[in-house]
Amino acid sequence: MSNRNLTALSTIWIKECTRFLRIWVQTLVPPAITMSLYFVIFGKMIGSRITLDGDFSYMEFIVPGLIMMAVITNSYSNVSSSFFSAKFQRNVEELLVAPVPTWVIIMGFVGGGVARAAIIGVIVTLVSMLFIDIEIAHFGVLIVTLLLTSVLFATAGLINGIYAKSFDDISIIPTFVLTPLTYLGGVFYSVSMLQAVFNEFWQSVIQLNPIFYMVNGFRYGFLGQADVNYVTALVILLASNVVLFAIAYRLLSKGTGIRA
Amino acid sequence: MKALDIKGLAKTYRGGVQALKGIDLSVEEGDFFALLGPNGAGKSTTIGIISSLVNKSEGSVEIFEHDLATDIVNAKSCIGLVPQEFNFNQFETLFQIVVNQAGYYGVPRTLAKERAEKYLKQLDLWDKRNAAGRELSGGMKRRLMIARALMHEPKMLILDEPTAGVDIEVRRSMWKFLKEINEQGITIILTTHYLEEAEMLCRNIAIIDKGKIVENTSMKALLATLNVETFVFDLASGASKVQIEGFETRASDDQTLEVDVPKTSGLNPVFEELSKQEIQVMSMRNKSNRLEELFVRLVEANQAKGEADE
Repeated sequence: MSNRNLTALSTIWIKECTRFLRIWVQTLVPPAITMSLYFVIFGKMIGSRITLDGDFSYMEFIVPGLIMMAVITNSYSNVSSSFFSAKFQRNVEELLVAPVPTWVIIMGFVGGGVARAAIIGVIVTLVSMLFIDIEIAHFGVLIVTLLLTSVLFATAGLINGIYAKSFDDISIIPTFVLTPLTYLGGVFYSVSMLQAVFNEFWQSVIQLNPIFYMVNGFRYGFLGQADVNYVTALVILLASNVVLFAIAYRLLSKGTGIRA
Repeated sequence: MKALDIKGLAKTYRGGVQALKGIDLSVEEGDFFALLGPNGAGKSTTIGIISSLVNKSEGSVEIFEHDLATDIVNAKSCIGLVPQEFNFNQFETLFQIVVNQAGYYGVPRTLAKERAEKYLKQLDLWDKRNAAGRELSGGMKRRLMIARALMHEPKMLILDEPTAGVDIEVRRSMWKFLKEINEQGITIILTTHYLEEAEMLCRNIAIIDKGKIVENTSMKALLATLNVETFVFDLASGASKVQIEGFETRASDDQTLEVDVPKTSGLNPVFEELSKQEIQVMSMRNKSNRLEELFVRLVEANQAKGEADE
């Protein structure tokens, strides 16, 4: 990478981090409060009555899923709102007039989303430590899954921001797509629990949900056990990242939503 | 060297609006160039294409011999853009806005901070460096955009109506600043609706209307084509009965007389005739500035030609 591109990349990344740190009450505090409530209600109050296959408690089971849920929603919303806001205020033009390559713009915005997701991940982990003692089984798998997931959803947020024409457009996908997929992605239940509620067809449909693999890959990193093989989860994550990066690159290169 | 060389530039927007119909335009290095035209003529589209904010439909753009299509990094590095609309982040401080802009051009952060101090001071914004963009007055916002455009020290500065909505004092200080940086060698392309501004600052001029260049010459040569100037005489009384042989006159009321004065005649015969008719002249002024008269005539002629073609 040339010095010029490196400087441009670090500038976009610093600007993005400064943005979400400046409004920390909106960006960093809410996930900590929401996740604390999840831990108290689902983990402590309801979870104590749930038994799972395996030698861990329900609280231990949901911790990786809740961390992943916070990472997914925050990496997505950080980039979608930041990029749309740059379009709305027209300051995206500052980047378009400068000799910044498309891939640097993508990496800068996505890097901001990943940074916020990483900080949120640490905050939620610290909150969870108030309720359980955390032991990490496979640290490498945990970090790689976390990184690939946050990159994936930050890129998805960027694509949403590129297409968005109003503030409504950046809340529709999180509300109607992301939230259902996350809740049905195995955060709160294991595959064995599905068998009691859904027939085989619906069980296989639910297993088409990519978030199911991310949550389970991350859970494997935490607990050393999960419903899917972590290699499968990482391959799906990598492939999804390549596809979304290609889409974002093509859209920005063409000037979709940003150039007349 | 040509700072800007445009050939056959055309733009048709989705929906079929043809904003540019194949224009040719060149600007020499070091020039102070005016690009004028009525609203919707194609000025902002031209500037948008030069600064990569609008995709062209046809034609080529070279900036200091760097083709915008094939050598985009070097071409973009030569340009600093001051757009018509405020397009900075309203929540960032002035210092952050200008330092970030330098970063996008690859200027290292330490150097960017030094330049931020230099340009914010030159544009009287240093005291406001920690204020957010939204807290500035209109004039300050315009100056901020000039400072931002200079952060990578471009060879050419493009200003799209930089003094719109700015009070006369600030406008004058901006004129002074622009003259100074032009004298230092920066090529300037200016669009404005204040024609006295263009007449005072610019050496060369192009007038664009309905997507076509209708005039492209030096300011001196253009002004020399003005054969008739209209003067307004404020009289003590009697304007409605004045008739001056060889001059076209119009009285808007009994105290105000408009006289079309051919360049070859001069004003002496008008004064002589008014004195002969014992009419007292209280004061006299140009109806509009010279460039404005020419501009209106050229645009009207182009519109008439367009209607005749239809």
